[in-house]
Amino acid sequence: MSTLTYESALEKYDPVFGIEVHVELNTATKIFCGCANQFGSAPNTNVCPVCIGLPGSMPVTNEKVVESAVRLGLALGCSIRESSRFARKNYFYPDLAKDYQISQYDEPTCYDGELEVVLDDGEVVTVGIERAHIEEDAGKNTHVGGSGGIQGADYSLVDYNRAGVPLVEIVTRPIEGTAERVAEVARAYVATIRDIVKAMDISDGRMEQGSLRADVNLSLRPKAADGEDQSAVPFGKRSETKNVNSLRAIERAIHFEIVRQAGLLDAGQPVHQETRHWHEDTGETTSGRSKEEAEDYRYFPEPDLLPVEPDAAWVESLRGTIPEHPAKRRARLQEEWAFSDLEMRDAVNAGALDLIAATIAAGATPASARKWWLGELARTANDAGTSLDGLAIAPAQVAAVQAMVDEGKLNDKLARQVIEGVLAGEGEPSEVVAARGLEIVSDDSALEAAVDEALAAQPDVLEKIQSGKVQAAGAIVGAVMKATRGQADAGRVREIILQRAGVNP
Amino acid sequence: MSSLDSAQVARLAGLARIDLTAEELDRLSGQLNAIVDAVATVSEAVGDDVPATSHPIPMANVHREDVVQPSLTNAQALSGAPDAEDGRFRVPRILGEEA
Ligand SMILES: [Zn+2]
Repeated sequence: MSTLTYESALEKYDPVFGIEVHVELNTATKIFCGCANQFGSAPNTNVCPVCIGLPGSMPVTNEKVVESAVRLGLALGCSIRESSRFARKNYFYPDLAKDYQISQYDEPTCYDGELEVVLDDGEVVTVGIERAHIEEDAGKNTHVGGSGGIQGADYSLVDYNRAGVPLVEIVTRPIEGTAERVAEVARAYVATIRDIVKAMDISDGRMEQGSLRADVNLSLRPKAADGEDQSAVPFGKRSETKNVNSLRAIERAIHFEIVRQAGLLDAGQPVHQETRHWHEDTGETTSGRSKEEAEDYRYFPEPDLLPVEPDAAWVESLRGTIPEHPAKRRARLQEEWAFSDLEMRDAVNAGALDLIAATIAAGATPASARKWWLGELARTANDAGTSLDGLAIAPAQVAAVQAMVDEGKLNDKLARQVIEGVLAGEGEPSEVVAARGLEIVSDDSALEAAVDEALAAQPDVLEKIQSGKVQAAGAIVGAVMKATRGQADAGRVREIILQRAGVNP
Repeated sequence: MSSLDSAQVARLAGLARIDLTAEELDRLSGQLNAIVDAVATVSEAVGDDVPATSHPIPMANVHREDVVQPSLTNAQALSGAPDAEDGRFRVPRILGEEA
């Protein structure tokens, strides 16, 4: 089989892709029972008759799940169906105790939306959203024995703690016309979903923990000749790569599938419509089962659950809780804060945006808020192996420290010590200042005495200053700072030195 | 009326993980067709003025609050399982299929 490069594949073929994103909601309980929705508990300790599928148990829908799903639908520009219902999707797999998954089929709660995705260079791509439906997650299988993989396993162990965790599955329409930017658009789309669910606080959005998972569908079709309409060329057969669980992996999986499918097409071989598995270690996909047709799942309405009929006025009130589009918010904040592109990117990458915004809201200037969070605090977080929002300091406390700097009560060195005290749990900034005795010496008479003492000790320096070499005052400033253990305002000390030396500042 | 051929019934049996002999397939095809036909008579009774429904009782939005309730203990959860290991249900290996 010929091996094309990614670039040459895209010269010959036009990629069309779609993405299914599963968002695990961060509700307190599961979707149809009162078990805790918690990651990392001991196996089978957050389970009950409903979520392990015991006969006679009855599911009841968690109202918070409906609320989160409707809000997410609104954020994706979806229409909210007046009446939606649940359906049983039947298949056999041990992580599904009931032998069916409760999902939505022909009447999803949210449908027909669109989402603007902003690429790094500012180009905007609009992605059509076919639907966002509510469903339950499955349990977790661990394969034991053999090679450890599913094929060689001797047996499997099942933990149902995740069974019944609420999911919203967001399905795009086929995304066409992205050409060589296909991987970039796919990545940016999933990143946008992640940013939205985090900003709305309806999910942790942690891909590495599986609270946000993506399946990537991709097909190739021949590139239309010059002047011909590409969208008139029918789609090729698509593969669906399951569980691509990082932004980087989405790009890699798309690269791999494009090269693989182009190789088949070039060799005159068919691309099979199938599920494929993503392998993070090798960066490859391998064939799974052939994709079921919807009819193989024998969907039918879930008789144990009543329809969901969100009240129109309630939906409208939820619309008011939808946060600004993350990319647009970033653009707005960058302008308001007058950050350079680089400064903004650093702030975003450090996860500092909300912290900086809150620090500014508490009274700090954008520049000082950025300085603290991306400087001292970023270093501290890095040393402690935690994220910025995991630090034991609140934006208002950072703003309070900065206010004391601005008022001349603290210099930078003292301010860092106050921050250190707050992080160490010594209380509010004012308490740390009082307890550690950190306030700047602003009493002029004390500073004058210290200056006089330093000048007397270094008469040669005094002479230099008086002969016009004003920069020599630095030595005296240093001596005074030392004498006051750094608790003096260097600028004020300088003024006093020049005054005492009889030189006009 | 609608009719299921034995290939379709064989496919259904495969999806349901039921092994059927050719003779059983034949017999069950006949029986299933009788059921499908019986259900299909409903469509003769329904006019355009009757909306499709999945629930006979006009109720909706029966929800519960998002408040944690006690779960089973691990021992209770596994008490009905044929086999268990490390606090988890132990099941036979899965061949040739993956979710
Ligand atoms: Zn439960």
